[in-house]
Amino acid sequence: MTDVDLKGKRPLSPHLQIYRPMLTMTMSIVHRITGAALYFGTVLLAYWLIALASGPEAFDTAQAIFGSWIGRLVLFGYTWALLHHMLGGFRHFIWDFGLGFGEQEREWLARLTLGGGLILTALVWIIAYAVL
Amino acid sequence: MVELALPKNSKMQEGKTWPKPEGATNVTEFRIYRWNPDDGKNPQIDTFYVDRDACGPMVLDGLLYIKNSIDPTLTLRRSCREGICGSCAMNIDGTNTLACTKGMDECISDVVKVYPLPHMSVVKDLVPDLNNFYAQHRSIEPYLKTVTPEPETEWLQSREDRAKLDGLYECILCACCSTSCPSYWWNGDRYLGPSILLQAYRWLIDSRDEFTGERLDNLEDPFRLYRCHTIMNCSKACPKGLNPAKAIAEIKKMLVEREI
Repeated sequence: MTDVDLKGKRPLSPHLQIYRPMLTMTMSIVHRITGAALYFGTVLLAYWLIALASGPEAFDTAQAIFGSWIGRLVLFGYTWALLHHMLGGFRHFIWDFGLGFGEQEREWLARLTLGGGLILTALVWIIAYAVL
Repeated sequence: MVELALPKNSKMQEGKTWPKPEGATNVTEFRIYRWNPDDGKNPQIDTFYVDRDACGPMVLDGLLYIKNSIDPTLTLRRSCREGICGSCAMNIDGTNTLACTKGMDECISDVVKVYPLPHMSVVKDLVPDLNNFYAQHRSIEPYLKTVTPEPETEWLQSREDRAKLDGLYECILCACCSTSCPSYWWNGDRYLGPSILLQAYRWLIDSRDEFTGERLDNLEDPFRLYRCHTIMNCSKACPKGLNPAKAIAEIKKMLVEREI
């Protein structure tokens, strides 16, 4: 029987399709997604700085784009991605010291990252609207 | 490599619904992954009804009830039925655990859903191929390695040093943690996975072992160790309540500390 190759036709057991989503698992995926989104956000920032350096006309165009409701929506998303990813970074920093791995600790770290990101984003925008 | 969808030959289809046991009043529905290497079909999800008054309370009791009185071809590994052998590791109610220690009533879903350990090559029904897993275990040399001459009696160890092995030596190598890890799903050929890394740490911190440096050299690799992204499914899945994620973090710390 040793030379019968059964491996070729063996199926792969289901994984993502059947695994119950876990909070820490979902947060890991969101950390990656926000990390990727930050590349796009940095492009926006670079565009804004280039427009600023290019003169009043280009800058006015950039301001108009970012000031429109859709522009603000994108910036709101960028703010959240940045703050969520930053808190995620802190979480990883804590883990790098071998801390925060307890059954309750790791769940709380995930909840705090998620909640903290949303609250900080709201705060930034409330302050921004209050000041400007 | 990340492949979110299942290969064509692995896509699951609706299978057979087996008749309810006659006269049973207390019945639990089981949905079980079936694959037979001999019939050339894709995997099927069969529906069974377990007479709760005719078997014990654990998922394994239900599976053995099915095997004994409904379909004797249902294939699964099991041995000790008390959580010490690790044979009956499978995916139950969406998470990896041992069928013998998971109560049917503990399932969140009303229907008990049973699949083989995730992202593994299936031998038959609920039996995955664990050859790669065992080969990875062999690769970390899971035994005492020394250069000093063997003592006349035992290798001695202080109580404090012995206590460092608590939370590690209890591992039964059931593979629940490794096969719960998305990173292991995508890179199981090169990433050692939580279970094997917990074992690696168990030998790294054993005060009697004299090959700590070599062991660390062997792990210092972007794939073997550093594919751990602290997703934490491993620690959540472990049916023995161990913490592979923490053990991996400790290995990473040891690697940093020896550079300082």
